[in-house]
Amino acid sequence: MTTEATADHDEHGEHGGDPEHPHADHPKWLQHHWDTPAQQFDAAKLGMWAFLGQELLFFSGLFVAYAIYRTWFGEAFAAGSHELNRTMGAANTCVLLFSSLTAALGVRSSQLGKKNETTIWIVLTIGCAFAFLVVKYFEYQAKFHHGLLPGTFFGTPRDMLTFEPLVGAHSPAAELPNHTNVFFSLYFIMTGLHALHVIIGIGIWIWILKRNLRGDFSKRYFTPVDITALYWHLVDLVWIYLFPMMYLIDYVPPGHRG
Amino acid sequence: MAAITTDQHGHGGHGDPNVDYLHVSKGIWSWIYTLDHKRIGILYLVSVITFFIVAGLAALLVRIELFTPGRTIVDPDTYNRLFTLHGVVMVFLFIIPAIPASLGNFVLPMMLGAKDVAFPRLNLLSYYIYLLGSCFAIYSLISGAVDTGWTFYTPYSTTTNGAVIAMVLGAFIAGFSSILTGVNFITTIHKLRAPGLTWSRLPLFLWAIYATSILQVLATPVLAITLLLLMLERTFGIGIFDPHKGGDPVLFQHFFWFYSHPAVYIMILPGMGIINELISTFSHRKIMGYRAVFISSLALALFSFLVWAHHMFTSGMSEYANMVFSALTFLVAIPSGVKVFNWTGTLYKASIWAASPMLYALAFLFQFCIGGLTGLFLGMLATDIHLHDTYFVVAHFHYVMVGSTVFAFWGGLHYWWPKITGKMYDEGTAKKVFWIVFVGYNGVFLPQFVLGSRGMPRRYYDYLPQFEFLHKVSTMFSWVLAVGLFWMLFMFIQSLRNGKKAPRNPWNSAGYEWGTPTPPPLENFTSPPTFTRGPYDYHLATDAEIAED
Repeated sequence: MTTEATADHDEHGEHGGDPEHPHADHPKWLQHHWDTPAQQFDAAKLGMWAFLGQELLFFSGLFVAYAIYRTWFGEAFAAGSHELNRTMGAANTCVLLFSSLTAALGVRSSQLGKKNETTIWIVLTIGCAFAFLVVKYFEYQAKFHHGLLPGTFFGTPRDMLTFEPLVGAHSPAAELPNHTNVFFSLYFIMTGLHALHVIIGIGIWIWILKRNLRGDFSKRYFTPVDITALYWHLVDLVWIYLFPMMYLIDYVPPGHRG
Repeated sequence: MAAITTDQHGHGGHGDPNVDYLHVSKGIWSWIYTLDHKRIGILYLVSVITFFIVAGLAALLVRIELFTPGRTIVDPDTYNRLFTLHGVVMVFLFIIPAIPASLGNFVLPMMLGAKDVAFPRLNLLSYYIYLLGSCFAIYSLISGAVDTGWTFYTPYSTTTNGAVIAMVLGAFIAGFSSILTGVNFITTIHKLRAPGLTWSRLPLFLWAIYATSILQVLATPVLAITLLLLMLERTFGIGIFDPHKGGDPVLFQHFFWFYSHPAVYIMILPGMGIINELISTFSHRKIMGYRAVFISSLALALFSFLVWAHHMFTSGMSEYANMVFSALTFLVAIPSGVKVFNWTGTLYKASIWAASPMLYALAFLFQFCIGGLTGLFLGMLATDIHLHDTYFVVAHFHYVMVGSTVFAFWGGLHYWWPKITGKMYDEGTAKKVFWIVFVGYNGVFLPQFVLGSRGMPRRYYDYLPQFEFLHKVSTMFSWVLAVGLFWMLFMFIQSLRNGKKAPRNPWNSAGYEWGTPTPPPLENFTSPPTFTRGPYDYHLATDAEIAED
C-alpha cells in the first residue's frame, strides 16, 4: 500500500510541471480542479473502468439466472437454441468484433492527432452498430412470427410492431419441450439489454463524432474517444459471451454429425 | 512544522478565495446548476432530511396503529402501505445517500486537499437522477402506494394491486444515482489526493467512504437487474420468478439479498467512518490502530458479499448452504469487533470532551454493540428459526440502522454543521436534545427485542393481548423520539437564523477539513495544500492548527 502511494505521489510530481506555477499550463479542456492533463486522463479512465465493473455486475444477475435454468431445463434450452438463426448470430458476432477493431483504430488515430482518419473509423464503428441492429431486428421479427416469445406470450405468433396476434401463422412452440419459454424470456431480456447498450453506444459515438469534427481532440486531449471505446469493447465482449450461450447449445458442426 | 503548508504562488483560478462558497454566487439558479461539491452536498442534505421526516411520520403512524390490538386508527391495507412506505423511503431515499452523498460529498475533497470531486458534472447528475427516482416513488405513493414491504418479495409483489412498478422504478433509478456517486468517489480518492496525502494518511472517514463506494459500484447493479426483472415479470409475465412458468421465486430472494446485504454495509460503513473522526477529535488523540481500522472497513466490504443468504434460512435452502452462510456470517463479527475495540482503546484514559457530537458517538458505541451482538443470535441457525420474521429482527436492524448509522449521521451533522453553515448551534439545547433522542430511541426498540423473542411476528396488523403492554411502551417512546427530533430540527433552523458565527476550528480538531477557512471558499483551500502529518496526529499538530481561529 505504501509503495503504491509513493508511486502515485511521484507521478503527480512528475507531471506536475513547474511547482512554482502549477496553473501556468492550463488549457481550455483541462477542468479547473486538475493540475495536469495526465491526472485528468487517468481519472477518466479509472472512472470508466469502475463503471464497466458495474456493467458486468448488472449483466451478472442474468448470467446466474441463465446458469440455473439451463441446468434445470437443459433439454428445453437446447431445443430453444436450435430455433435461433445461427448464421445471423455468427454474422452479428463478426460485425461487432470488426466494430471493436475500428473503435480501437479510431482511438489510435485520435492519439496521433489525425482528425480525418478518426472520423472515418468512428463512422465505420457507427455503421457496424447499425448493421448489428438491423440483423437483430430481422431475427426478432422471425421469433415474433413464430410465437417464440417470453413467458405469457410464448406460443402465440404476433406482429412485431403492432403486437397483434397473427391469424393462421404456425408456431413450433407446441412441439418444443416444457419450459422452452424460460429460454426465450432470457434470450429476449439478455439480447434486448445488450441491444439497448448498442443503441446507447451509437448515441455516444455520434456525440464523439460531432466533437471530433468540431476539432475538440488533439494529440494532447483524446480522453472521450478513449473511454468511449472502452465502453464499446465491453458491449462487444458481452455479445461474445451471449453468442455461444444462446446460439450454440449442443451445436454439432456439419462434418461431425453422426 | 506546519501540517498543511500552502503554496503561496498558487492562484485560486476561479473565484475570490476570501469569499465563502455560500456567498460566491447568488440566486436559485446558482444552486440548481451548481457544480460545487459543497452545494451539491447541501442539496442532498435537504432532500434526505425531507424524506427522513416523511418516512419518520409514516413510522409514527405505524406505531400509533399498534398502540392497541385490532384497529386503532387505520385499516389493515393502509397499515401495510404505511410500513412499506416507511421502509422503502428510509432505505432507498434516506439512509443510502444520507451520509456518503451529503456529508461525504461535502467533506471528501477537503479531506483530500482537493478543489472538487473528480467528476463534478457527474456529481450533479447523480443528484438529479436521485430526484427523478424520488419523483417515481412519490408518484407511486399518490397513485395507490405499495403493500409489499421494502423487500418486494415475489410472487406477492408481482400479483398484488397498487403502484408497485412506479415504486420499483423509483428504487431502480435511485440505484443508478448511488452507482455514479460510488464511481465518482473511488476515482476522487485515487486521483485527487494532495501532495503528502499517502494512503496511510487518508482520514478513516474516507477509507469508510472508499469501501462503501466499492459496494455501491459492485452491488447496486445486481439490485438494478433484479428490479428490472421484477418489473418485466409484472408487466409481461416473463416467468423468471414465477413457478407456474418454470421460474423460481427464491431466486428473487437470492438476487435481492445479494444487493441488500451489502447495502446494509453501504449504510453502516460511512457511519463508522464518522465515528472515527468524532472519537479522535473529542478524545484529542490519535486513533488507536489506524491500520486495523481501515483494514476492517475493507474486510467488512468483502465479507458483506458472502453472507446474503442468512436472510433466507427459512426459505428452504439446503442444510449445507445454511451452515456455510451461518459460518460466514460470524466472520462479520471480527472486523466489527476490531473497530469497537479500537474505538474503546482510543477512549481509554483520554481526556474526553463530551460535546454534543461526541455524545452521539458514545451512544453509537453502546447501540452498535447491542445491534451487532443481537446479529449473532440471528446468524445462528437454530435461534434464527425461532426469531426469523419477528420483532427481534426489527429491533436488531433498527439498532444497526438507526442506533448506529443514523446516530452517526446526527453526530456528523452536529460536528460539521459549523463547517457547512459557518454558524454555531446552541450547545446546551443540543445536549438536551441528545438525551431525549437517546432515551426515546432506546425506549422504542429495546421492548421490541422482548416482543420478538416471545413470538410477536413483524409486519402484523393485529396481535395477541399478551403483547399489548410492550407495544404500548414502544409506541409511547416513539413520541419522545419524535419530540427530540423535531426539537433538533428547530435547533438547527434557529442556528441558521441567529446562530453565533463559527470559528475556523470550533472543536480544536487536527482533521484536514478544519485546516481550511470556515465556511470554505469555492475551491476549498486558499492555495493548494501539502500534507506533512496524518489527520489524527495531535502530537504533531501545531497550536495554531488546533486553535479555534
